[in-house]
Amino acid sequence: MGTVRQLLLWACLIGLLGAASQVRADDDDPGARAERWQALHQALFPGRSLQDGAGIVKLDAPPRALDAALVPIGIELSGVKAIKSVYLIIDGNPSPLAAHFTFGPKADPHSLKLRVRVDRYTDIHAIAASQDNHLFVTSRFVKASGGCSAPAGSDDTAALADMGRMKLHVVGDFVAGKPAQAVLMVRHPNFNGMQMNQITRYYTPPRFIRTIDASYEGASIFHLDSDISMSTDPVITFGFVPKSKGQMKIVVRDSKDATFDGTFEVPGEGASNPTAAAHDSSNGSASGA
Amino acid sequence: MTLGRRAFATDEIQPGIHIRRGVDEDATAQNEDGIANIGFIMGRDAVAVIDPGGSLIDGERLRMTIRQVTQLPIKYVVMTHVHPDHVFGAPAFEKDHPQFVGHARLPRALALRETFYRERLERTLGKGNAGGAVRPTLLVQGHAEIDLGDRILALTAHGTAHTDCDLSVLDRKTGTLLPADLLFVQRVPSLDGSLRGWLQQLEQLKSVSARRAVPGHGPTSVDWPSGAADLERYLGILLRETKEAITKGLDLQAAVDKVAVSERSRWKLFDDYNGHNVTQAYKELEWEQ
Repeated sequence: MGTVRQLLLWACLIGLLGAASQVRADDDDPGARAERWQALHQALFPGRSLQDGAGIVKLDAPPRALDAALVPIGIELSGVKAIKSVYLIIDGNPSPLAAHFTFGPKADPHSLKLRVRVDRYTDIHAIAASQDNHLFVTSRFVKASGGCSAPAGSDDTAALADMGRMKLHVVGDFVAGKPAQAVLMVRHPNFNGMQMNQITRYYTPPRFIRTIDASYEGASIFHLDSDISMSTDPVITFGFVPKSKGQMKIVVRDSKDATFDGTFEVPGEGASNPTAAAHDSSNGSASGA
Repeated sequence: MTLGRRAFATDEIQPGIHIRRGVDEDATAQNEDGIANIGFIMGRDAVAVIDPGGSLIDGERLRMTIRQVTQLPIKYVVMTHVHPDHVFGAPAFEKDHPQFVGHARLPRALALRETFYRERLERTLGKGNAGGAVRPTLLVQGHAEIDLGDRILALTAHGTAHTDCDLSVLDRKTGTLLPADLLFVQRVPSLDGSLRGWLQQLEQLKSVSARRAVPGHGPTSVDWPSGAADLERYLGILLRETKEAITKGLDLQAAVDKVAVSERSRWKLFDDYNGHNVTQAYKELEWEQ
């Protein structure tokens, strides 16, 4: 995890430098995009070669974002190769590494959906890391602008008051032993700290989700390292394999070191986290931002 | 004033109420972001501008138009909400030292969004032409009145609807309601606040004693409350079909492809905004289920 954090910071720096030196007119230019990707490749996976992900990993994204602050992304894994983790990289974002999912023993690693912010016309890359240590890449070009600087929510106070509320539901019928899809919803503003007005200096400080851990009957489904590119109120769809009815546990930790837990009976009626507990330790290490 | 800028045509929809019809387009260099219905109301002693226009150019042209009609002082510039097509012309009126009037939540919304909107509009219109935000000097919470001399305008600050800072104006003298973007006619509405909230506010506005209303987009005057019928139908369908999609387990992308498509032929710019509206509705309603 320390390594990932370093990668995130690295990626953040690269992104900021890139944003400062790049002219917007270049965003649509394939040459400039390829160059940006080369830089990201070297920063995130130095010395590693990336293989064509065709037939192994597929990325779904709308060609033109309807709402740049909430762009639905789908990642599908064919199962041809055993995959241990998946990276989502939004090349043109201030912090390009948007998500890194690491699958646990209870995962059904075939499909992931999430929602992200996209700041400008950009390539988006998905990279699947196989158990035998190969990296497979695929990409999509998405036209969007302003997803990071556009404020997502309209009411900070309400957003913070409801923070940590979770809902979870299983898609379709629950059959023990068969892979199932679950949709996890988390109330969190995921303030990215980029909405500052130059005149008034009014500024929403960053506060965003760092990690989400999902487990079933005590064993991991996935561990997610995320960053400021995730949309407000993240919604994540993932696969898991329930041997029988059981308990799913979700632990969310944010950049103020607050953690939010949810425990859900699966299958359950429109599960909401009645047992949710927020442990706000934000007076501890608040320097994460 | 820039050489070559000229007054534009307005409809005097009622004695002393002059409205410029905005074009049903998105902002371009050609239309100078003159896409919203904007105008002014004259009393015995003073003039109130109701929405200063979509850019500095648009605002300056509105000011020239006013000065061709009257030399009365411009004492109020009402800014109906945060969107640039309505308020970015405000700097054109600073030399008149009016009260800049807005919803109590407008300063915050402007602070969060102004830079983002301005940079985007500057790319379309060129630096120096876009205009920008002016800090409101008179904030409305609930209800307020302004007196133009033998003509009282009643202002209402609404709950979150089209945006989180919608302000409507009622000219009691002629029974004319100016709900700005709480009313779209012919041009497809854009949802940037709350779908349920908008339906509620519309219900309240329908009971206001007015014979006609000036839509924020569309014709310069429609009968009231019958002029709200199309908007109400669209928002109702958006609500019902988005709820259905969520209940059926359709994900966001599937909902975008399906919801409210029956309305396609009834609205201008439908394809540019409906998907965005569905996205907004979906993220609002998914937490209710």
